[in-house]
Amino acid sequence: MHELLETTGDALVLLLSFDPDLWEIIGVSFSVSLAAMLFAIPPALLIALVLARVVFPGRWLLISLANTLMAVPTVVVGLLLFMLLSRSGPLGEWQLLFTQPAMIIGQWLLAMPLLVAMLHSALQGIDQRAWETARLHGAGKMAALWRLLGEARFGVMAAVVASFGRVIAEVGCAIMVGGNIEHFTRNITTAIALETLKGEYAQGIALGLVMLLLALILNLLLGMLRGRGRQIFSS
Amino acid sequence: MIMKVRSLTRTAGALAVSALLAGPVVAADEIVRLATTTSTYNSGLLDYLLPKFEAEHPYQIQVIPVGTGKALRMGQDGDVDLVMTHAPDAERAFVEAGYGVNPLSVMYNDFVIVGPESDLADVAGSEDVAEAMADIANSDALFISRGDDSGTHKKELKLWEAAGVAVDFEGYRSVGQGMGKVLQMTNELQGYTLTDRGTWLAMQDKLDLALLVEGDERLFNPYQVILVNPERYDDLNAEGARALAQWLVSDEGQALIDDFRLNGQVLFHASAGEEVSAAQAVSEAAAQ
Repeated sequence: MHELLETTGDALVLLLSFDPDLWEIIGVSFSVSLAAMLFAIPPALLIALVLARVVFPGRWLLISLANTLMAVPTVVVGLLLFMLLSRSGPLGEWQLLFTQPAMIIGQWLLAMPLLVAMLHSALQGIDQRAWETARLHGAGKMAALWRLLGEARFGVMAAVVASFGRVIAEVGCAIMVGGNIEHFTRNITTAIALETLKGEYAQGIALGLVMLLLALILNLLLGMLRGRGRQIFSS
Repeated sequence: MIMKVRSLTRTAGALAVSALLAGPVVAADEIVRLATTTSTYNSGLLDYLLPKFEAEHPYQIQVIPVGTGKALRMGQDGDVDLVMTHAPDAERAFVEAGYGVNPLSVMYNDFVIVGPESDLADVAGSEDVAEAMADIANSDALFISRGDDSGTHKKELKLWEAAGVAVDFEGYRSVGQGMGKVLQMTNELQGYTLTDRGTWLAMQDKLDLALLVEGDERLFNPYQVILVNPERYDDLNAEGARALAQWLVSDEGQALIDDFRLNGQVLFHASAGEEVSAAQAVSEAAAQ
C-alpha cells in the first residue's frame, strides 16, 4: 500500500512538473485520436443519415453490419491493418507502418462502426416531421438538415463522445500498427501497456490519471448538455 | 499480515487457474515461478528443458517471460521465486541489495548486429562493434532499440557509450518491446538492431535481414540464475526454486542446454562452474 501511494505521488509530480516525455505521449494520443474522429465524423454522419432516412434494399443488412463491427476486437483491426501495410502487404509501398497516419487509419476503422450505429439510432429516433416542418417553413435542404441534426444533438454528441472514448482508450491496434516508438508513435495506452514492463510504474499511473480525468471531463460535458436539454424542454 | 494475504491470493490464484484449465489441482507449494528474459523463452529453450525437470521433480514451473529489468523487479517484489537474466551489472546490484541470493552462471551466447541486406551504413564484417554502431548512427539508416530496460537494451546502451554516440540521433527508434517484436519491426523498417543470437536464429527464416556484425568480445552474453532472497518473503517456494537452479547447473541440465538445437544450430553454451572469457565465448559462437 505504501508503495502504491509513493508511486502515485511520483506520478503527480511527473504530471504537474510538465515532464516533457510524459506530455509528449499525451500529445500523441490526442492528435491521433482527434484526427481519426475528424476524418470519421463526416462520412459516418452521411452514412447514418442515408440509413435513417432512405429506404433501399439491404439497408438492414448494413445496419446489422455496423452493429457487428462494433464488437470487433481492436487487435483484430490492428492485425488486418498491419498485414495490409506490411512491406510484404498490398499497401507496403505507402510505407505507413509504424507511423501516426497508420494509427489514425486504425482508429478511424474502429470509430466508424460505432459512430454509424449510434448516429443512425440517434437520427432514427427523431420525428420525421422535423424535416418536413423545416421544409414547409421554407428552409433549404441544408438548413433542414441542420435542423434535423439540432433535434438529434444529444444522440449525436453521445455518439461522438463514446467513439472518441473508444479510440483514445484502445491499445491493441495502436501497438500493432504504431509500434510504441518513443517521440513518434508512443501514446498513452501503449506507454502504459509496454513501459511498465520496465518496472517503472509512476509514468503508467500518471498516464492512467490523465485518461481518468479525460473520461470525467467528457462525461461532465455530456451531462451538462443533457441538463441544458431538460431545462429547454421544461420551460 | 501482508504476507498472509499474499500467500492466500497466490493459493487462490493457483487454484482458480487449475480449475479453469480443468487439469489436476496443483498445490501452491508445487508451483515455482520463474521470471526470465524473452530470449530464453522465445527461442524454445525453456519449453525443451522444463518438461524434463518437471518429469523428475514434484514441481510445476510457471514461466513469466519479460525483459531483465522487469524480471529483477518481480524478484525484488517477491512476485516470483527465481529469475534467469542476462545483465551482469544489474544482477550484481540485485544481489548486493539483498534481493537475490546464490547467483549461478548457467550458460552464455552472444549478441549480433543484424540489418538490411543493402547495408546502408556499410558495417558488414566489421570486427569493432562500437565502430560499426557509430557508422550506423552517422548514416541515414534507422536503428531500432529495445528501449525496455532488458539485458539486451542495457548491453546496447553500453555499446553506444563505447562508440561515443548519444542515443538521440536522427535514426534512433526506441520501441519498448520484446526481441521478437523488435526484429519484426526492424524487418519492416529495414533498419539495424542488436539482438541475442538465439532469437535471431529462431526468427531469421521469417526476416529479410542479414547478420552483419559478430565476434567482438564486447558482445558476450552470459545468463545467470538467481534465487529470490527467501528471507524477504516467507511465502516463496524457496525449495522448488533451489531445486530448479541446481538442476539447471547439474551435469544433466548443462548437457541438455548444450544439446539444444534450433534449425540445427546451437543457441546456448552451458557454462556452470567455469570461467568463460568473453573473447573465447564470442569467437566460439561466431565460428559456428
